Amino acid sequence: MARMTETPPAARPPSQPDRRSLLRTMLLIRRFEEKAAEMYAKGKIHGFLHLYIGQEAVATGAVAAARPDDYIVSHYREHGHALARGLDPGAVMAELFGRSGGVSGGRGGAMHLFDASKSFMGGYAIVAGHMPLACGLGLAEQYKGTQRIALNFIGDGAVNEGEFHESLNLAAVWKLPVLFICENNFYGMGTDVRRVSAVIEVYKRAEAYGIHAEQVDGMDVEAMYEATHRLAERVRRGEGPVFLEAICYRFRGHSMSDPEFYRHKDEVQRWRVLDPIEQLRARMFDAGELDDARFAELQHEADAIAGEAVRFADASPPPEISTLHDFVYKERSDA
Amino acid sequence: MALKTYIEAIRDALIEEMDRAPNMLVLGEDIQEGGVFRATDGMLERFGPQRVLDTPLAESSIVGVSIGMATNGCLPVAELQFADFAYPAFNQLISEAARWRYRSYNGWGCPMVVRIPYGAGIRGAMYHSQSIEAMLAHVPGLKVVMPSTPYDAKGMLKAAIRDPDPVIYLEHKRAYRMLKEELPDGDYTVPIGPARLRREGDDITVISYGLMAHECLQAAEELAAEGIDATVLDLRTLAPLDRDAIVAAARRTGKALIVHEDNLTGGFGGEIAAIIAEHAFDDLDAPVRRLATPDVPAMPFNGALEDFLLPSREKIADAMRDLAAY
Ligand SMILES: Cc1ncc(C[n+]2csc(CCOP(=O)(O)OP(=O)(O)O)c2C)c(N)n1
Ligand SMILES: [Mg+2]
Repeated sequence: MARMTETPPAARPPSQPDRRSLLRTMLLIRRFEEKAAEMYAKGKIHGFLHLYIGQEAVATGAVAAARPDDYIVSHYREHGHALARGLDPGAVMAELFGRSGGVSGGRGGAMHLFDASKSFMGGYAIVAGHMPLACGLGLAEQYKGTQRIALNFIGDGAVNEGEFHESLNLAAVWKLPVLFICENNFYGMGTDVRRVSAVIEVYKRAEAYGIHAEQVDGMDVEAMYEATHRLAERVRRGEGPVFLEAICYRFRGHSMSDPEFYRHKDEVQRWRVLDPIEQLRARMFDAGELDDARFAELQHEADAIAGEAVRFADASPPPEISTLHDFVYKERSDA
Repeated sequence: MALKTYIEAIRDALIEEMDRAPNMLVLGEDIQEGGVFRATDGMLERFGPQRVLDTPLAESSIVGVSIGMATNGCLPVAELQFADFAYPAFNQLISEAARWRYRSYNGWGCPMVVRIPYGAGIRGAMYHSQSIEAMLAHVPGLKVVMPSTPYDAKGMLKAAIRDPDPVIYLEHKRAYRMLKEELPDGDYTVPIGPARLRREGDDITVISYGLMAHECLQAAEELAAEGIDATVLDLRTLAPLDRDAIVAAARRTGKALIVHEDNLTGGFGGEIAAIIAEHAFDDLDAPVRRLATPDVPAMPFNGALEDFLLPSREKIADAMRDLAAY
């Protein structure tokens, strides 16, 4: 362990969030996703597209409260986490377009974003399959004796897979530096959690493994920030994994082809009232930190970034056929 | 007769068999809503939640409980959403289902069907595109079927449901709404095992299965206009395999091309080629050819790359011309 070179610990995020910056990030995610939906309708994006609209507070608050080199290991609904971590919006959009300028050169697509330079270790579309990977990243940091932790985002659908249970047990028994964040939006595709989960308070499942677990209002970005900040530091102190259940809601369908027969419009409406962007905006208005003009400016800024992302993606050429067999294994010339 | 799509044929088979057998039930993720591809649309309303079970998101358990039910007087038909998500269930399929009858010295049966959508061509990228038949057909004790027409889709699903052993039923997701056919009203089955000659010709032989068999047949029709007359053999079932049909088809023309969407190395085409080499060697006029997806670890998302990799009607026709000219 001693022979491992210690990288200097990354900047510690302040204990009080920068509200303006949180608002910026959430607005960007919202606008980016709306643009992505438009591009899907226009036939620029193919295959499957799962929007994060409604859940912006979870990724925004959590990622802002983590250190910039903490690993992010996300589920497949991960555009928000990628943008919150600071992946280039143009490169993310280009990946959604399947272009060479995308974060994985157009190979991965929407569910498989990735940027190692930002410790963004990917979106994963095998539900719960990424949990042992997050544990492994954490185990390596523990072995190296660093301060770095892994944030592992999962959906409520993941909690009934074997890997969920295997990972919680493993993380607990080895005291791994992993902060699990479950985005409980009450549905896995069209299935209501109450029909498939015996215990719907997901945090209680983590408690069963002796893991410190909490529930947080995932529609409130500041609550997300506070909880993540506090719990990440606890994980960093080597006290073992922590589990945070963020109660949230997706405003759009599961994917772009979801008729949404499984939930009532009134239910969606009740949650829309809790729009995370609107909540923060109102709070900042009340505190005199924001006015209509400034808010419009921030919206305009998000719109411009998302628009530029689309332009970049659209101008990016498709990947060359000749690259198809690159990186099946490490190239000898890579040394 | 009625015009039916491939997925309607599957749904009809499920519904008719549910009507016939009160001990049959269907289970899977989101299937009460109709399932990802809507194969079970309307079944909840018709049969109720005790026979149309929404499971937790847990593939290993879906297959495991199906084995348990099958052993205990029920006829479970499980749906896994995508072939790519079948791996968590491989342990149950391979370690348990496949050995059930053998290990119990015929004491237990496992009359279970696991329906699994497979295949690429829908821009599904790395986790929504795979073909997994070679891995499953490798395991003795499992039956593996891959129908290529709506007629077979219905008849073979019915046969699978009535089969006393575990049947893996692989359905190409691109076939669901693309393939349509007039189907007879009412009950019929298509037996598991026998291959089917889709076309007879004396110049070359093409052997395939699943959606690729359909593409091969289309390519063969095209080539007939050019004066190349092909035999097209649709295997329909990979396990148990109709070896005699393979040998006879290869012998007939002495030139065999094998086509599948799964990647080349270790693909099922290797098995077919070996059978031809072992049993039809003296009748061969050309080396056995294989057309398959090149070996890459993941289907790329970009459409041009995906199209470049996948066997298509054009590529099949080219390979057929090439072989005919040998
Ligand atoms: C192992 C596995 N099984 C099934 C699926 C298909 N699938 C994709 S998303 C999903 C629901 C996931 O629900 P949840 O974890 O709650 O995430 P949310 O969609 O709510 O963000 C399912 C069943 C999959 N991707 N992986
Ligand atoms: Mg969910």
